[in-house]
Amino acid sequence: MTSISPGSEETLIDSSIKFQPERLINQIFRWVTIVMAVSVGVILLWITYSLLQIALPAIQAFGLGFLTNSTWNPVEEIYGTFPQIYGTILSAFLALLFAVPLGVGVAVFLTENFLPPKVVTPIAFIMELLAAIPSVVYGLWGIFVFLPAIRPALQVINKAFGWIPFFSTVPGGRHLFGASLVLAIMILPTIVAISRDTMTSLPPQLRQGAYGLGATRWETITRVLVPAGLSGIIGSVMLALGRAVGETMALAMLVGNANKANISWFSPASTIASLIANQFGEASGLQKSSLFYGALILMILTLLVNILAQMIVGRFQQVE
Amino acid sequence: MNPSTRPSSTSDTLTNDNIVIRTENVSIFYGAFQAVRNVFLDVPKHNVVALIGPSGCGKSTLLRCYNRLNDLIPGARVEGKISYQGVDLYDPKIDPVEVRRRIGMVFQKANPFPKSIYENVAFGARINGFKGNMDELVERSLRGAALWDEVKDKLKESGLSLSGGQQQRLCIARTIAIEPEVILMDEPCSALDPISTLRVEDLMHELKKRFTIIIVTHNMQQASRVADMTAFFNAEATEGGSRFGYLVEYDKTYNIFNSPKQQATQDYVSGRFG
Ligand SMILES: Nc1ncnc2c1ncn2[C@@H]1O[C@H](COP(=O)(O)OP(=O)(O)OP(=O)(O)O)[C@@H](O)[C@H]1O
Ligand SMILES: [Mg+2]
Repeated sequence: MTSISPGSEETLIDSSIKFQPERLINQIFRWVTIVMAVSVGVILLWITYSLLQIALPAIQAFGLGFLTNSTWNPVEEIYGTFPQIYGTILSAFLALLFAVPLGVGVAVFLTENFLPPKVVTPIAFIMELLAAIPSVVYGLWGIFVFLPAIRPALQVINKAFGWIPFFSTVPGGRHLFGASLVLAIMILPTIVAISRDTMTSLPPQLRQGAYGLGATRWETITRVLVPAGLSGIIGSVMLALGRAVGETMALAMLVGNANKANISWFSPASTIASLIANQFGEASGLQKSSLFYGALILMILTLLVNILAQMIVGRFQQVE
Repeated sequence: MNPSTRPSSTSDTLTNDNIVIRTENVSIFYGAFQAVRNVFLDVPKHNVVALIGPSGCGKSTLLRCYNRLNDLIPGARVEGKISYQGVDLYDPKIDPVEVRRRIGMVFQKANPFPKSIYENVAFGARINGFKGNMDELVERSLRGAALWDEVKDKLKESGLSLSGGQQQRLCIARTIAIEPEVILMDEPCSALDPISTLRVEDLMHELKKRFTIIIVTHNMQQASRVADMTAFFNAEATEGGSRFGYLVEYDKTYNIFNSPKQQATQDYVSGRFG
């Protein structure tokens, strides 16, 4: 023993001399990492601080009434964003309403041996392509192709179910409903990709256990696999919700930008993001301040969605 | 000797109406690969039948055929005839889901669902459209699996919060709850400590009064402790170099361990006993 330990110490010292350039690189890398981490934090603080600072006059002028007031009047300098908050939440909700069942369904179809691998791979690839399309392209396609295409169908719905408040207006060229459908297509890949990862990562024993108890494939999916993967599925939904709430370009182009909260989904509406996109060019003074107030609300909204997501995912992971 | 000799020494117990599962000249394939060759094996009612043999000889493969769980593996194919109470299990008219409700399975690795203990046990009954008293069924099944006293105060907690041995007994309770006639167990104790193992073994003695059990095990002592009948499988290389499993000898457990007719059986069981 005694003869070995001095020897090994020597090699230790030797190697530390030998590898000094590598240690230097390690040091540099460490510092670069720290600087980057700190600057990300600084930028986040900077953004929050400037939002608050510039929004302050509007906050002082309108207080929480900003959230409930429907006037946006640059002439009289009265601002409220109720229609935008309403439109933001409703469009995101409608988009989820379509995208969640479809997305989870597609994810299940892609994972549970419904289709041969030869078909699954191209579908998964197409889903990823869908995520790569810039939102302005969605907007353009929506205005000139998609909205005109679905208009006759919506008119039929309006004729038949016009007595239901949600369908009570005759659909024009742009409306909240159409914008929400395009939004649904935009968030679909997120839901499919994450739900699919969740489903494939479930232990195969779970599947066997369910089948072994005489469950059909359908029962296995709905009663065991989807509940077991719920945290991942909810995570995907929350991520999609975050995107839907903040989505700007496509909505600014499709939603109609009407400064009015209408119960009917077929009427033009507005969202916080589309309001900002439409007005920032000529805004100054209290109007600019109000836009920043709106941006602040949007940020808080997405933050809330994220916190909620963390909480829900955490809760379900405990059960697992 | 023909490795697939049908047991003759046990004819006293093997009258026709005593047999629950009959395996006649069964070969099992994964694609072109033959995993199991020409097995004859009859399982008598209210017996524990142990399947033993070296790794890869097809014990799990055969076991999964008894409740058609191999259907889930793409390319898996069965030749020959497996009949359950006289009915051909692979008849095209047979619904595999129904088969699995009658022939339950406990797996090597405990696999409770990420649900509460209560819901784990109730699962099979719920999908079967059970109309009776669910609380009672859950209690009865948990008692049957010797788990009730340990979990009766925390039925709402996740099944995954239990220890490994408790989880395995939960899986047994879950299987008993669907009231199958046969329970298949694939190395149910391989992940358990000796005490949990003994508890599960005691349980098997209890369970065979109501069920018929087929158990795969690598533990010779376990086979000799729990099984009435033991089947020894071995694997052999073909001319092409791939290995297939076959049944070497099937007899009363006592005979397998004390006076096996085949040299291979003798080598295997004595090798394990040291
Ligand atoms: N899903 C599968 N696809 C293809 N081949 C398989 C599959 N499962 C098992 N096999 C093959 O079948 C043969 C028998 O496997 P099996 O799992 O039945 O053996 P076993 O006797 O249970 O072994 P062990 O004691 O290790 O569990 C092996 O050669 C194995 O590679
Ligand atoms: Mg096995």
